[in-house]
Amino acid sequence: MSRRVVITGLGVVAPNGINVPEFNEAIQNGTSGIRFVEELKTLNFNCQVAGIPVYNKDYINEYFTPLQQKGLNATGLEYGVIAGIDAWKDAGLPLREKQDKPLWDAGVIFGTGILGVDKFREAIYKVDQGQVRRLGSTSVIQTMASGVSAFLGGMIGCGNITTTNSSACSTGTEAVLMAYDRIISKKAEIILTGSTSDSGPYIWGGFDAMRILPHKYNEIPTAASRPMSATASGFVPSSGAGALVIESLESAQKRGATIYAEILGGHINSGGQRSGGSMTASNSIAIKECIRRAVVDANIQPTDIDAINGHLTATGKDATEISNWSHALGLSGKDFPYINSLKCMIGHCIAASGSIESVATVLQLKNNFVFGTINSDDLHPEIAAIIDREKIPVKTIYKDVNIIAKASFGFGDVNSCVIFKKY
Amino acid sequence: MTKEELISKLKTIITPYVENKDALGDITEETDFIKDLEINSANLVDVVLDVEDEFGIEIDNDAMEKMLTIKASVAIIQDKLAI
Repeated sequence: MSRRVVITGLGVVAPNGINVPEFNEAIQNGTSGIRFVEELKTLNFNCQVAGIPVYNKDYINEYFTPLQQKGLNATGLEYGVIAGIDAWKDAGLPLREKQDKPLWDAGVIFGTGILGVDKFREAIYKVDQGQVRRLGSTSVIQTMASGVSAFLGGMIGCGNITTTNSSACSTGTEAVLMAYDRIISKKAEIILTGSTSDSGPYIWGGFDAMRILPHKYNEIPTAASRPMSATASGFVPSSGAGALVIESLESAQKRGATIYAEILGGHINSGGQRSGGSMTASNSIAIKECIRRAVVDANIQPTDIDAINGHLTATGKDATEISNWSHALGLSGKDFPYINSLKCMIGHCIAASGSIESVATVLQLKNNFVFGTINSDDLHPEIAAIIDREKIPVKTIYKDVNIIAKASFGFGDVNSCVIFKKY
Repeated sequence: MTKEELISKLKTIITPYVENKDALGDITEETDFIKDLEINSANLVDVVLDVEDEFGIEIDNDAMEKMLTIKASVAIIQDKLAI
């Protein structure tokens, strides 16, 4: 009998809430965190709206020492550390003292796409001016991708795997499954997992250049992110971090920890950039295979799934995603599970999306609700042809939900799907 | 600038990097940055940059390698200021 894996801590830094209680309330109320960003206008971006977590500069004093704050210029590192430490403390776990031994059975798997772009920009200017000696000691640790897991591992005192995964927009969901695998294979008892993504024009510029961000909503930011809508015209760039403490059931029970939910299983795959898949497009066959294998791995039937938290970025591809879910599960119309997309409220947090959305998924299981997908009133006709309108609530509905499937897909034709269950 | 003033300025500069805050109370000329104050060796380059900014001097690689104690640092700063 394989062992059971549960979630015992949550942390989040999102554009519509910088901690779990705020975020939990915001997603139930349909509160958008998308705002007009003056800087993007100044820089001639087509899309001038974005999602940025808002907090007072002093807030980081609770997480970073004065020394760690010297020369700190990496938003993704801030978000990741805040969310990660919040999750760790939420799980009732201590930060080890300097003189203590490391926790050999606790690790960190915390993903990102790129870290500290603002710091990197600073470094590039200095290097180009022949001032490499003026970089100081903080450049490397804030710009190495694994900076976020390294900071977290050091603050906690983790002695197990301490690493950063990266698979574009699949990163966060992939991290959850990597943590699950590590515990299932008995190589660790507790993994702090999650993902983070920096804010700002240097992260978002490339997507703006690809013309995949909406440009018609600069005057009405909260209407810009429109997953599943007939008027969806691109994803809204965003940022933040989500974190989950994933633990073996034995370890959680031994500690008397609060259990938020159970992870039944999941699957990670790639479409190989074949059969319609490319660097930037998903191979639908692979997506369906990923979902099917996740269901098999979780040892459930498709009809056991009460709700789906989709990838659903608000591009023209949303209808394709719905079609893939429908075919993979063999369910449509009124038989299709409830489905929602968090991106309607916070945009697409790129590498952080999967972990923030996983936190939202776990909150739904724990608190018995399916959050509404705002801005989906004008449902895309191709989606309306596959599933019943009532399965896509615009406003939050309160009901008992037992199993939720969550999937993320990323550039490079990579997919991940995880099955969460109420505990 | 007197030696005392210089040491006082130096103490202000190194304080944020000091892990062993208790040792800050009894700093002498013999105090070693790494052994006594437990400054992370990676931060020594930051100390040097801060010293450069504070005193308006440039510290070359050879001098930097010697800046491991209060005494050596004071000598180097005085030397550079004199030029």
